[in-house]
Amino acid sequence: MSQLESAIAANAADAESSGTPASAGASGAGSGRLALRLASLLAFVLLWEVASRNRLHLLLVTFENVPAPSEVLPALWSLLQSPKVFHHAGNSLYRVFGGFFAAALVGIGLGLVIGRSRRAADLLLPPLEVLRPIPGVAWIPLAILMFPSSELSMIFITFMGALFPILLNTIHGVEGIDPRLTATARSLGAGRFRLLPEVILPGAAPSIVTGLSIGMGTSWFCLVTAEMIAGQYGIGYYTWESYNLQRYADIVVGMVLIGVFGMGSSALVRKLGVLLTPWYQIKGARSHD
Amino acid sequence: MTDFIHHSAGIELRDVRIELGHGKDRFTAVERINTSIQPGQFVCLLGPSGCGKSTLLGAVAGHIPLAAGSLGLDGEAITGPHPDRGLVFQHHTLFPWKKVVDNVAFGLKMQGVSPAERRDRARELLALVGLSGFENKYPIQLSGGMQQRVEIARVLINQPRVLLMDEPFGALDAQTRWNMQQLLLEVWGRVQTTVLFVTHDIDEAILLGDRILVISHRPGRIREDLRIDAPRPRGQDWVTSDEFVRLKRHCLELMREAQQPTVVASSNGEPSAVFA
Repeated sequence: MSQLESAIAANAADAESSGTPASAGASGAGSGRLALRLASLLAFVLLWEVASRNRLHLLLVTFENVPAPSEVLPALWSLLQSPKVFHHAGNSLYRVFGGFFAAALVGIGLGLVIGRSRRAADLLLPPLEVLRPIPGVAWIPLAILMFPSSELSMIFITFMGALFPILLNTIHGVEGIDPRLTATARSLGAGRFRLLPEVILPGAAPSIVTGLSIGMGTSWFCLVTAEMIAGQYGIGYYTWESYNLQRYADIVVGMVLIGVFGMGSSALVRKLGVLLTPWYQIKGARSHD
Repeated sequence: MTDFIHHSAGIELRDVRIELGHGKDRFTAVERINTSIQPGQFVCLLGPSGCGKSTLLGAVAGHIPLAAGSLGLDGEAITGPHPDRGLVFQHHTLFPWKKVVDNVAFGLKMQGVSPAERRDRARELLALVGLSGFENKYPIQLSGGMQQRVEIARVLINQPRVLLMDEPFGALDAQTRWNMQQLLLEVWGRVQTTVLFVTHDIDEAILLGDRILVISHRPGRIREDLRIDAPRPRGQDWVTSDEFVRLKRHCLELMREAQQPTVVASSNGEPSAVFA
């Protein structure tokens, strides 16, 4: 890179990092910006409160039955006080992480093989390509028929949700490895089997981390729908049950919990990704691959 | 400091022809390459861009198969890549995920040397190329010149019998390139390995080589085998000498001919068409 190119890249990187909420928050943005963000959040809640209190009709959408924040907060508090919350949250977390870890194992494993070998790609990819566009939700009826317990069928659905983002990103990462790196490793004495841990896996790691992060999101998405239909406990089930029992405030409590847990698990995956790819976090590393 | 001297090897090239591409696009990159390189010799392959000199180097490295002829290292046929033949590219191929010290130690790791021992050895080689203190940096944190130094140290840790370099300083600015050339000569003086060095830079070839093989444009053939007998160490006095200028003028003439689509005499005296 020339000095001019580097200077432009550095400038662009600065502009970018100050524009994204996550990095700016982490690097300790000015208190003015923090205040602005809190104000934005507060304004959102306030508008919601006003709309619900006044049972607002806005042409297509009505707030007539939407619980106001002032009703949701006590409902949330009472759920957090009761032992039920551990039951629901525990079940949901177990299903998401069970399916997610299985998907990570299968997705990364298959992705490495398919990305490395043309024959494996020809052999394994066609059925996977047919299965890929089928959304996790569409698997629900068949999953119930296929597995002995509804618990396993829900884990299977979160598995299907997370599998494809992980698999495809792993393949993409493996195929994107600079062939000069594998040639060099071989020149320096690496045999076929040393290439995998020394070059292929670390070379594909940034892309795999992206796949894991997307997969965690889709995993939650699939879980909640599965729980609404097949569950007996879980946050998705709780949300749907609240609707059936006409406890409208609890619907929103369920939604808030889904949001918080989904966000938390994605943050966990991101954090893990940062720890696993330290070289990729250095400023400027991303423009070089 | 440990002894750096390697057991260097000779290279024999016999009627080498290399074809590249598939189907209709297949073409002959180099042909009728016949020469022997003595152990410990520093040989530059000089030619215009696209003349096939890098392809020839790739074949010696064992990454590109021959269409005809044979390549030997001390009489043994070259069949694939081997740590005996260390390869350095123009743009570094350091592993971005390994720290500098672990990049250099990679070859020893593949041999099963213990972590402590291979890191010690890597530190010695980093000192040899003037990079002590950068052991725990990642490659991305180094300048282009430093990355090439690490690259050279990484190749040397395997004590290669032949060092293959493909325009290793082509992407560096003039000042850094001069420093790297001097460093390479100094290192080569200590390790005494055979070097095959590809370049299109006439000054670089005359500065570094014991011999220059001038390669004509596609299909690449040895246009001339030049001996450079100037004493070493070679520095500024050499590159400003009358002899250097005379050789440079001669090489410029050869390069001009090599680039043009004219009928020229090939190395064995037969006329042949050369197309740019």
